[in-house]
Amino acid sequence: MAVEVRIPTILRPYTGGERAVDADGTTLSALIDDLEANHEGLKERLLDGGELRRFVNVYVNDEDVRFTGGLETALSDGDTVVILPAVAGGAA
Amino acid sequence: MRYDSLVDSVGHTPLVGLPNLSPSDDVRLWAKLEDRNPTGSIKDRAALSMILAAEADGSLTPGCTILEPTSGNTGISLAMVARQRGYRLICVMPENTSIERRQLLTMFGAEIISSPAAGGSNEAVRVAKGLAAEHPDWVMLYQYGNPANAEAHYRGTAPELFEDLPTITHFVGGLGTTGTLMGIGRFFRERKPDVRIVAAEPRYGELVYGLRNIDEGFVPELYDASLIDSRFSVGPRDAVRRVRELIDREGVFAGISTGAILHAALAQAAKAVKAGERADIAFVVADAGWKYLSTGAYEGTIDEAEDRLEGQLWA
Repeated sequence: MAVEVRIPTILRPYTGGERAVDADGTTLSALIDDLEANHEGLKERLLDGGELRRFVNVYVNDEDVRFTGGLETALSDGDTVVILPAVAGGAA
Repeated sequence: MRYDSLVDSVGHTPLVGLPNLSPSDDVRLWAKLEDRNPTGSIKDRAALSMILAAEADGSLTPGCTILEPTSGNTGISLAMVARQRGYRLICVMPENTSIERRQLLTMFGAEIISSPAAGGSNEAVRVAKGLAAEHPDWVMLYQYGNPANAEAHYRGTAPELFEDLPTITHFVGGLGTTGTLMGIGRFFRERKPDVRIVAAEPRYGELVYGLRNIDEGFVPELYDASLIDSRFSVGPRDAVRRVRELIDREGVFAGISTGAILHAALAQAAKAVKAGERADIAFVVADAGWKYLSTGAYEGTIDEAEDRLEGQLWA
């Protein structure tokens, strides 16, 4: 099983500069552990005290995981995970 | 319809059905045409509401200078109202916003301070907060944290929707300051809590997310996650594709951010069809496409449009 994980610029030092990496896991939590196994230090940048950091947004197939079960969000083969820093957006 | 002045005509926008984009008679899409406000965007509601609230509490008095971080629409709305009422307006705007927005602001008499493209609106907020600290006599209305922004939608947009569409099951809006979704979300949580509140958030190119530390992100002070039910990140490709569908299938000429909103609305529609449920899905047309013609989003192939939007604050 493979899930594509898109890495924001700021975190690419952990992936050797790669914009996207493959990882495994049936939940987001397991996926982050798998990422950490191959890209040490990444987990600490994403999580704080076992929760997603406040200014880190994670989307599975474009949907914000904070509304789909958080770290327990289920993943399937072929899913795309996007990690982004929180920004002010919209036609403000 | 007759009004005493232009600002009195803010709101009461049409809600139009979209028979060609709606998947069936049971799952229908409805567009609230906020481009029909005086300066052509939903931001007229928030701008007027924030100015009235500041006048009412005494913080805004004749001759005052208003300062605001904006990617354009709020600035244009504030400029229109400010000019009527004799306020000076200074807008802090990211340099990677469309030329039309700058032209409109200048035309309405606003002064523009550019903030760096990298970091997008986060940077504009940071620069504006710095200027506000240096100039304590300036009044920063601050749309990202001003309750009068959300209140405009709680008192205006949401009751209008409910009156026109009592059978509403979903509301889909853009997530920027979060004011629209917070106001409408709060109204329906109180009045019809089974209405699903869905956020469509624009996903920009890498330049906008910048190279800054991830701990320096930004979440608007108005944002309360309990008032929404799901949140979608929509990139420029889907936004452009949908905004063109809206023109082709329904004749509605909308701004690019509305394409992102429609994308999320259609996802809700597909979900309802699959579940065999009835749905009346209302979404916001935040503005029309005029201000974005120069971005190139409306011509050529989708690939070309996507390339042109790279690095731009398209919503």
